[in-house]
Amino acid sequence: MPAKTKRSGVKLQLDSLTPQVYKQMAKKHEPSRPVFKNCIRAFLSGGLICLIGQAVQQVFMANFDMTPREAASPTVAVLILISVILTCFGVYDKLAQWCGAGTAVPVTGFANSMCSAALEHRAEGIVLGMAANMFKLAGSVIVFGVVAAFIIGIVYIFLGHGGGHL
Amino acid sequence: MKQLGKQTWQFTSRPAILGASSVVGPEEGDGPLAADFDFVYDTLKMNENTWEKAERRMFEKAVRLALMKAEIKQEELEFFVGGDLMNQIISASFAAKKLGTPYLGVFGACSTSMESLAVASMIVDSGGAKYALAGTASHNCTVEKQFRYPTEYGSQRPPTAQYTVTGSGCAVITRNDGTQSGPFVTAATIGKVMDFDIKDPFNMGSAMAPAAADTIMAHFRDTGLSPGYYDLIATGDLASVGLPITQELLAKAGIPMEQTEFTDCGLMIYDRERQKFVIAGGSGCGCSATVTYGHILKRMKKGQLKRVLVVATGALLSPLSYQQGDSIPCIAHAVALESGGEQA
Repeated sequence: MPAKTKRSGVKLQLDSLTPQVYKQMAKKHEPSRPVFKNCIRAFLSGGLICLIGQAVQQVFMANFDMTPREAASPTVAVLILISVILTCFGVYDKLAQWCGAGTAVPVTGFANSMCSAALEHRAEGIVLGMAANMFKLAGSVIVFGVVAAFIIGIVYIFLGHGGGHL
Repeated sequence: MKQLGKQTWQFTSRPAILGASSVVGPEEGDGPLAADFDFVYDTLKMNENTWEKAERRMFEKAVRLALMKAEIKQEELEFFVGGDLMNQIISASFAAKKLGTPYLGVFGACSTSMESLAVASMIVDSGGAKYALAGTASHNCTVEKQFRYPTEYGSQRPPTAQYTVTGSGCAVITRNDGTQSGPFVTAATIGKVMDFDIKDPFNMGSAMAPAAADTIMAHFRDTGLSPGYYDLIATGDLASVGLPITQELLAKAGIPMEQTEFTDCGLMIYDRERQKFVIAGGSGCGCSATVTYGHILKRMKKGQLKRVLVVATGALLSPLSYQQGDSIPCIAHAVALESGGEQA
């Protein structure tokens, strides 16, 4: 290697830097999550999805002579279908980057988590790939949903008397 | 080959890069370096039915192109050193199967690009082969699937997140018999694992910055050079979060990086203003490989750059390790490239 320049004096040894000091230093350069902006976006987009759901429900009620309770199931099915179609066309994940919790919390987020995992693992086979991995992300929602329902059920047994029926 | 200090190999015979290739996906082909890449795929699937097969196809294409540009036949190639980000580095191994040459698989996460180049140069420099191929590849979707969530899953990525480059870069290294015009591989500094207890896999820049700084410091300590010796020092994939941290660490260490142009391949490959989905910038071993073998080598051949130090950074995590709450161990390997002219 030709033309050596003068030896540079190394002052700081990284070995002497502690993780705590480093994390503080690094934090200055890390942009934080825009929590307020994310909340506003989630509120607007989540609200919009619910508004669409409400509109679909009204259509079912007006055209098929359904009660609000009867119209609930087909409404959810329509939202799931829309979510799955958007996931398959590769649109849902792009919407989610803007919407955040707005697309994750409603039923559409659940459908997306199942559909995306099924699509992704289809290559590993129908049984061990798609079927086994379908609940990879959604499974935790089911587990905690069941646990929460169980706890609420127990609370209802003790406190729910006189509280009317569901 | 000569050992300098504790971590640096000086390749005394100055092995030459005979030919290098870069193959990228559609998003990189839409970026500012598009003209420098040899081949751009229009879709991420690349006419394959799985992401893994697409990555493999891209890798094989880069291998073929590198051999073509080096103007050597496949049978003449004596060694292949390669790796990728997949579990058990399957893409490199399948590419090696097609090549049919002796093969060493290497894994250094995103630093695999320079790790493979350093090992291939060492093999050539020590007389182990006349022609050796170094190469690596990464694919955005295979990496998302393996390390994060399914590709179509709607999750919001934080502002520190990076976007894995879909790309493959390969280089044919040959023994320097005085007839080659370069660029030459003159030295390599092998990094140590650095871990400052960063645990967030969406914050790779912060995790990898100390590794890059440590390797750059080791390189100047071992060689006795100063940053001004190089026309360009490029880190692998620190992106917009990690690069300023490395700059601060080096400034505190008293390394005068202002003597040279100090940038990052993850910031060069995309236009972050226009391609907003990349967030903090590019990552993946395809990032430093395609930028080095596509863009930087072309600039060296044109005479715009004479001496370049590429410091590829890698986060050596596995999906298991971070889910179990472990921190992210990181590494960086530096390779010095010089264009011909002053010394044959």
